[in-house]
Amino acid sequence: MYQKFKRRVTGTQVVMWIIGFIILGGVIYGAVHTLLAATYPPRVWLDLIVFGLAQGSVYALVALGYTMVYGILRMINFAHGEVFMAGAFIGYFIATAFDRSGFLNRYYVIAQLLIFVGAMATSATIAVLLERIAYRPLRRAPRLVPLITAIGASFFLQYTFRGFFGSGIKSYPEPTALKGSITILGITVLKTQALVIVAAVVMLLALYIFVQRTKTGRAMQAVSEDKDAAALMGIDVDRIIVITFVVGGALAGAAGVLFSTLFRQVFFLTGFIPGLKAFTAAVLGGIGNVTGAMLGGLFLGIAESLFPNLVLDGLGIPAPYQLKDALAFLMLVLVLIFRPTGILGERLATKKA
Amino acid sequence: MLLHIDSIQTYYGSIQALKGISFTVDQGEIVTLIGANGAGKTTTLHTLSGILHPRHGSIFFEGQPIHTMPPHAVVRLGIAHSPEGRRVFGRLTVAENLDMGAFVRRDKAAIKQDLDRVYTLFPRLKERQKQLAGTLSGGEQQMLAMGRALMASPRLLLLDEPSMGLAPILVDLIFETILEINKQGVTVLLVEQNALMALSIASRAYVLETGSIILSGTGKELLNNPDVMKAYLGME
Ligand SMILES: Nc1ncnc2c1ncn2[C@@H]1O[C@H](COP(=O)(O)OP(=O)(O)OP(=O)(O)O)[C@@H](O)[C@H]1O
Ligand SMILES: [Mg+2]
Repeated sequence: MYQKFKRRVTGTQVVMWIIGFIILGGVIYGAVHTLLAATYPPRVWLDLIVFGLAQGSVYALVALGYTMVYGILRMINFAHGEVFMAGAFIGYFIATAFDRSGFLNRYYVIAQLLIFVGAMATSATIAVLLERIAYRPLRRAPRLVPLITAIGASFFLQYTFRGFFGSGIKSYPEPTALKGSITILGITVLKTQALVIVAAVVMLLALYIFVQRTKTGRAMQAVSEDKDAAALMGIDVDRIIVITFVVGGALAGAAGVLFSTLFRQVFFLTGFIPGLKAFTAAVLGGIGNVTGAMLGGLFLGIAESLFPNLVLDGLGIPAPYQLKDALAFLMLVLVLIFRPTGILGERLATKKA
Repeated sequence: MLLHIDSIQTYYGSIQALKGISFTVDQGEIVTLIGANGAGKTTTLHTLSGILHPRHGSIFFEGQPIHTMPPHAVVRLGIAHSPEGRRVFGRLTVAENLDMGAFVRRDKAAIKQDLDRVYTLFPRLKERQKQLAGTLSGGEQQMLAMGRALMASPRLLLLDEPSMGLAPILVDLIFETILEINKQGVTVLLVEQNALMALSIASRAYVLETGSIILSGTGKELLNNPDVMKAYLGME
């Protein structure tokens, strides 16, 4: 019986690995082909990497919310993309108001900070309300139930924003301070991209220090490993869960602002595709793993930016940019098949409660 | 009386696991609760520490009712619980685990003192301070679980099957340490399946069977009770 089971798995795996090698071969062939043909000058690659890094840092910030909530509650908060969208919206409202009054350009730094604060506070509040209203009452329910609720909450938020603010695409103002580009270490970067990368890196570092070095961060790790044991240490588990949603929500709010700065548009579905991609990034890095979410986000951002030119072009596929999104989700499927634990995922050695 | 449990009834959904249990623990004692698998020993300890709440009955710690408190509040009163199966935080190091044990405390100097005390009780833990707890051996994890509970500087220590799955030589070490901890002034409530060892170090003991206490007495009395010998010590 066991032998049979074992043999069957091995057979499936062989097929999987063959598919894997074909894909890998295609990727390498495409890349080598493009590079040998020297279709693009180095300058183009550099730009693509910087852009990938910028969008990847946004994915990373959002991915952290998915991964931290998963780590603590073992549930996918599918409404997290909408928490991000709410941040983008509030950021847009504040930025537009500041732009009209002239404040945005006169005191750019203060204005930008206030935009962050407003968006982060709003997103954190929405995340906490989600936890309180939609998830906490279901904590002991079967795992599928909160998942369905999360999808419901996600639609609720999308259509509430649509109801209040319409379905049109709003264009995010561009402060003069962010126009043009600057040169850092000989690399010319658009100022918006520089802001996104710097802000994201600062927040990622702050979060890393928070999780690793503070007492509350340590408590979060303990709760994610074993809630009852953590409670026996005197940790208020409910409080830690709320803090997790606050932190994840605030990061998503900041990501919303950065995303609108980068792409300069906001609408009620803004959270959908980036949300799914951030989720992909979290899975890529090993869901539940904070460092993994950061790396997964950056990796996905860069891969998405480079891949069309690097690989698809080399394979002679027409209109490679259209396949950008398909690529991200192809990657999700591949990771789930070949390495469900993600890049940094560990097979949990200790037993769960 | 340090701990007074008054006819508690605890349920898992509609299943009643404790059918009205009463007992007491006095300051400075080692009291043991013995009984077969599924008797309700772990349920009793979980009810004490607030992970479960009794549907009926009350629990008093130093005269204060605690049966409605959440676990994180119970720890602050001075009850630490080393749970069944150790439940150490596998992805934290030994030192970080011990640090978690002192989570509710702020007095740095006293915490350091307790850390030294734990390292003196379990020198093995000191050698492995930086090791991830998940990679410790079963015996080391047990030491860590006990050390972690001690880091709360408890007046009452709840131990759930500390000897489970350990080699005989380690079992001896664990029981010696329990005696030592007790000598240092910590009252101990010990749950064990290893009835022989538990009874030989206990001041008093209770025998639990399917959710009720069926027998009680001093450790020595129960050791000499033919029924106990037959049922729990496997001797004729
Ligand atoms: N989470 C649970 N849900 C439902 N029933 C449970 C649960 N935990 C324990 N029980 C039941 O409650 C009764 C008492 O269990 P408990 O774990 O307290 O026993 P125990 O004396 O600690 O046993 P052991 O020596 O095996 O650890 C058992 O019948 C058990 O099946
Ligand atoms: Mg038990």
